[in-house]
Amino acid sequence: MQLSLGPVLYNWAPERWRDFYFRIADEAPLDVVSVGEIVCSKRSPFFADHIPAVVERLQNAGKQVLLGSLILVSLRRERRQTEELAAVEGAMVEVNDLTCLRALAGRPHAIGPFVNIYNEASAAFHVAHGAKRICLPPELPLASVAAIAKAIPDVTTEMFAFGRVPLAISARCYHARLHKLAKDNCRFVCEKDPDGLLLNTLEQQDFLTINGVQTLSHTCANLLGEAGLLHESKVGSLRLSPQDCDMVEIARIFRDVLNGRDDADGGNRRLAAAYPGVPFSNGFLWAEPGHLYHRARAGDMQGVAPKIGAV
Amino acid sequence: MMELICPAGTPAALRSAIDAGADAIYCGFNDETNARNFPGLNFSRDEMRKSIALAHGRGARVLVAINTFPRASAVEIWHRAVDDAVSAGADALILADIGLMDYTARRHPSQRLHVSVQAAAANPDAIAFYAETFGAKRVVLPRVLSVPEIAEITRESACETEVFVFGGLCVMAEGRCSLSSYATGKSPNMQGVCSPPSHVTYEQTAEGTKSSLGGFAINRFAATEPAGYPTLCKGRFSTAQGAGYIFEDPVSLDATTLLKGLRDAGVTALKIEGRQRGRAYVESVVRHFRHALAALESGSEADIASLKPFTEGQASTLGAYRKTWR
Amino acid sequence: MNDPSAASPGQLPTIPPLVALAMRPLPLLPLQLVLGGVLQRIHRRNPALFDRLGPHARARFGIRPIDLPFAFVVEAKPPRLSVVRDLPSGLDARISASFVNLLALLEGRVDGDALMFSRELVIEGDVEAVLALRNAIDDAQLDLATEVSSLFGPLGAPVRRAFEAARGQLIGSSGQASS
Repeated sequence: MQLSLGPVLYNWAPERWRDFYFRIADEAPLDVVSVGEIVCSKRSPFFADHIPAVVERLQNAGKQVLLGSLILVSLRRERRQTEELAAVEGAMVEVNDLTCLRALAGRPHAIGPFVNIYNEASAAFHVAHGAKRICLPPELPLASVAAIAKAIPDVTTEMFAFGRVPLAISARCYHARLHKLAKDNCRFVCEKDPDGLLLNTLEQQDFLTINGVQTLSHTCANLLGEAGLLHESKVGSLRLSPQDCDMVEIARIFRDVLNGRDDADGGNRRLAAAYPGVPFSNGFLWAEPGHLYHRARAGDMQGVAPKIGAV
Repeated sequence: MMELICPAGTPAALRSAIDAGADAIYCGFNDETNARNFPGLNFSRDEMRKSIALAHGRGARVLVAINTFPRASAVEIWHRAVDDAVSAGADALILADIGLMDYTARRHPSQRLHVSVQAAAANPDAIAFYAETFGAKRVVLPRVLSVPEIAEITRESACETEVFVFGGLCVMAEGRCSLSSYATGKSPNMQGVCSPPSHVTYEQTAEGTKSSLGGFAINRFAATEPAGYPTLCKGRFSTAQGAGYIFEDPVSLDATTLLKGLRDAGVTALKIEGRQRGRAYVESVVRHFRHALAALESGSEADIASLKPFTEGQASTLGAYRKTWR
Repeated sequence: MNDPSAASPGQLPTIPPLVALAMRPLPLLPLQLVLGGVLQRIHRRNPALFDRLGPHARARFGIRPIDLPFAFVVEAKPPRLSVVRDLPSGLDARISASFVNLLALLEGRVDGDALMFSRELVIEGDVEAVLALRNAIDDAQLDLATEVSSLFGPLGAPVRRAFEAARGQLIGSSGQASS
């Protein structure tokens, strides 16, 4: 089972962003790292200068680098940016919007979790058009994941296994709206919330997280307890999505459990300590509301009559 | 003249839409293959065949929406929906899933294919991909674009464009939103429902009517305060930066005043949202836009009633067409 | 453009409180017999309506006209209607609105969502069942004048004319669509 790191979704200070990846390159037991600003094209210029050094450091450390494409492409500048990305050589593009596909014209690429692949027919279509890795949408239940992974054995199927779950993307910036600013003059207020801005219900229930034009869950996806089950279902890679915590430690915990150096319960305890105060969730995988978390599923990991499908 | 594309959740609503002047009606089968999979709504196979025949007899077209994303291991349910819609005489199929488009283009190469708004094709490159790969003839544009952006798309695209002019308004990119399933386990993409009624509760409290979705409080309305659907993106929430309608107020889209701009932008067809609404809505809203289009043609002032009673929160917006928030 | 409020469903009148007060001592049984007959008739003539209800056909709905001193408990399968002073507990869903709005809804002359938005229609309980009922009724295109008058045999025609006149007074010819 591979471990991959998704792109940083939040607006981190450029130096911090660079140093984060340098440390990931040097210390984290990861196979694949996806980099690039995929949420907001206005943020891209800040990271552009650092990307070559980050890619080089990661590749020198033996990690496969993917270049993530923008999730929502509508402006002319965003289209140009996406087209340029598709032309880059030396690293595979991770497609997060179909806009990319035309420019890629069948060349090998990866597919990120923002492309709608809900069934084996769609997965096969993408594979026929050059997809080598597919990270499935986080909302998919295990039965669908297993059916898709089985249908595309030559391609690495990946699941979103750690981090707040991306739930929606908009043309509109909610950070700007909250701060009563226009999007074009947003003053990059989202940088104040490196782990997203918590959104509560009227009854003060923690609910969602705002990240500029993106909306994520408040809970943190955690499929550590299902890693064995996913492996049996032919999932070949688990994706960790960067949060404002020690992601090297998060990667080590997953690696330790995958390698049998720690069990799922021990790993979960360490995860909770490394990213404190944020509840776990795995409901999507069990075809239930996404915010729910079933601790009891950990037992499935030992492969005792794994139950796939409805619960 | 731009075509008027009208919603129908029932055969009776389809007849109302034709009576009120619809050029085409869009509707779906009564199962998970369409994105308005609500109880008591939509068409059986028999109703679809009869309704298409009736519409054709009266010079109207029927577009069949099969616009959810097929469930893995069950794609044949969606294939059957495509085959049945084709044999029922559908004038076009509105599809969102790439695998289903692939199937349709291969199996029914002469069938007219429209790209659903759920496919979120928001720029000329994405649209060209659908046109070149599957021969799509029309794309329903996501509700995230301004009129100038739409004009740019129609200039650059060989595909016809269809845009929403009235009704419910997704503030998130359509077909790319899991907010509903995060709270309820059911999503527009998979089950064809957003904020499913089975997970909605209304509770009378001292502070007014509280609406909840999947156990999360979505809104609270004082006794006479206008209300909206209990959708997450139009709920009241609080953050450290302030509270209120964080994503969008409860409003509906009404682009009546933008018809000229949309025509000049090269738009082919205007779409009215609301397959979940009643005949009274279909009748009034379709008639309203039929009159507005006639007035646009003749260059006269439209004498048309306001659609305010039909709007969420009794308020309307121009949505992304005029990006005041940019 | 006309007055923006011209098409408002809020224009539909309510029963004056004095009239409602005068109705309070009326016996409910005759009303129950008449309405029960109407429901049986609707059931016979519109089988598709009950197909549309699907799994909700067995739900018990409480319907309360907010301007009348009584309420209805309605079941679709088997068709049953009782008139009560107060709604019992244990119902699957409760629907309340003015009597005229309820009539207009029954004939599909107003849009249920619009009434919800303007707060003239209040739903509690199983929202899905109510939605199924609303959609099924909307498709059935019920004409209460026909349904009611048919119960009166040879007197049907005058009853029908009386009903239509009363309805025209209350709702207008096409409910929400009027402007």
